[in-house]
Amino acid sequence: MVGRGVLKGMWLVLREFLSTYPLGRMVLRVTGQPAGNRLVTVQYPDEKQQHAERFRYFPFLVYDQTPDNLRCVACKICEQECPPQCIHIVGPAKDEQGRPLKVHGRTYPVEFDIDTSICMSCRICVDVCPFDAIEMDNQYEMSSTERFGEMAFNKEKLLKSNEYFQQIKPTEASVVDQRLEAKKPKPAPTQPPTPPSAA
Amino acid sequence: MSFLDLFRNLDQLFVNVSGWLLGLLPDWLQPWASIAMRIGVIAAIAPAIMMYLTWIERKAIARMQNRYGPTRVGIYGLAQPLADGLKMLNKEDIVPRGADRLVHLIAPVLAVAPAILLFAVMPFGRNLIAADLNVGLLYVFAISSISSYAIFMGGWASRSKFSVLGAMRGVAQIVSYEVPSVLSAVAVIMVTGSLSLGTIVESQAGYWFVFTPWGFVACLIFFLSGVAEVNRTPFDMPEAESELVGGFHTEYSGMKFALWYMAEFLESFAVCAFTVALFLGGWHGPAIPFWVLALALAILIGTARLLPLPVRGVGALVMVGAGVFWAAQPIPSWIWFLSKTYFLFFVLVWFRGTFPRLRADQLMGLAWKFFLPLALVNILVAGVWLMPQTPVRWAPCLLILWGAVSLLVAVNKPSITDRRTYVLAD
Repeated sequence: MVGRGVLKGMWLVLREFLSTYPLGRMVLRVTGQPAGNRLVTVQYPDEKQQHAERFRYFPFLVYDQTPDNLRCVACKICEQECPPQCIHIVGPAKDEQGRPLKVHGRTYPVEFDIDTSICMSCRICVDVCPFDAIEMDNQYEMSSTERFGEMAFNKEKLLKSNEYFQQIKPTEASVVDQRLEAKKPKPAPTQPPTPPSAA
Repeated sequence: MSFLDLFRNLDQLFVNVSGWLLGLLPDWLQPWASIAMRIGVIAAIAPAIMMYLTWIERKAIARMQNRYGPTRVGIYGLAQPLADGLKMLNKEDIVPRGADRLVHLIAPVLAVAPAILLFAVMPFGRNLIAADLNVGLLYVFAISSISSYAIFMGGWASRSKFSVLGAMRGVAQIVSYEVPSVLSAVAVIMVTGSLSLGTIVESQAGYWFVFTPWGFVACLIFFLSGVAEVNRTPFDMPEAESELVGGFHTEYSGMKFALWYMAEFLESFAVCAFTVALFLGGWHGPAIPFWVLALALAILIGTARLLPLPVRGVGALVMVGAGVFWAAQPIPSWIWFLSKTYFLFFVLVWFRGTFPRLRADQLMGLAWKFFLPLALVNILVAGVWLMPQTPVRWAPCLLILWGAVSLLVAVNKPSITDRRTYVLAD
């Protein structure tokens, strides 16, 4: 029969049309057609999509307990590896003689900036970090009216606690925590080697 | 007649209101006021219709694609057309360098003017027609073909290769589809013996022409040719946004662009309206005797297994009541006309949601190799239908049409050439 495909196509489209209305679904159900609500639109500002745990957006810096106890030692591997080069690190912090300053036994960056208008959310910085100091955040509502100042995140803006990380990504955080636990120096040498005192 | 009496007869509401308004004026002014009022009403409702056609189209096509469509401006997005209009008015009007500025300006105006002129002969309801010309149908064809000039002017004046390509396609398409469109209307003219749209609609009181063999075929040809003439999908070759950027309106922006869209939507509305007037009974309701309707609905409700028994009984009684009420013709004629027209517009959107664009050769082939011969055969069928000597006129009509359609389908089958063998290649 000529035109059967045409009519069949039109019927399929009509079925999609009807299946988006409650009344239409009723009609479809009476006629024995599959009638599920197939509307896929999420009306964003009113309703929000439930994201998967591994959903990621921009990176943040992890700290343990207190914000000065950040895991980053300013080794600059992420800065080197970042494909769009959105990370800018000044450090590690040094005193006047050029010796590295340490907090909680670690060096730390003086400045750590990520330009989120450049970041492409590739997660390479997280992969290359030997200290698990940088992780991916899932916050995506960060529009701003200013292009240069507010989109470049500085260290204060990037620092977030390990608890926050455990909260947004429990699976990934537990893996990281286990790894860090394994890396931790055994408590056997009771006296850690004292740093050479500045004579 | 007091003011409240106007609302007693809903069918003649607009006619009575206009008569009442004109009665307030002195006699010498009345003919002029009558003309001015008709022009004013058409000029006012045409943009309003166009705005809400865009809304209907966006909502319907969105639902077909499992989306909501506009929802944010006003409830159900009802203020969206107004917002769009404001946006269009505020936009910069860009004319390309090297364009023919005057023609570039005239073209969209020339596209909209005939589209609005078509409203003059549209039979909106019983006695509700701005100008019942005795050459109404001829007027329709004459006016609607002006749009091809507008499209070519717009494309040519833009000085852009996409515009010119779109315009050339558009002219070829419109000229081609005018022929089957006019020839399919010839059958209606033969049967009614009139070119006046009022008379054509009135002669469909007993039966709509679409329920006759020649009427059905002519209706299909007329409607599909009309879709092609107003460049709607699947015949939107002149615009073809995936091939030609925007076709003839590539270089238009701001209000001029909005005028192109206005012309397209008004012409779509006109195509639907004239298909309704010529074939779908115009402002007549379906000519079903009230007792047939009551009986059918009562049986339908009474035997519906999904409903509980008491509901079925009450429903059947209600339906009998509704059927008796039907005899009083409760629905005004203009509501019949508008609802049929909007249904056909929904069909247009439905086409757009379903079909991909035709190729240029398929488009021309459909017009010249299928619609044109079929329209000619259809004139013959209409003649057979009119012969008083044929008591069973359905049989010969259906036979001729069936033969013609199957022959045309067989002839138009795309030939698959044999695999070529190249002697010298080996």
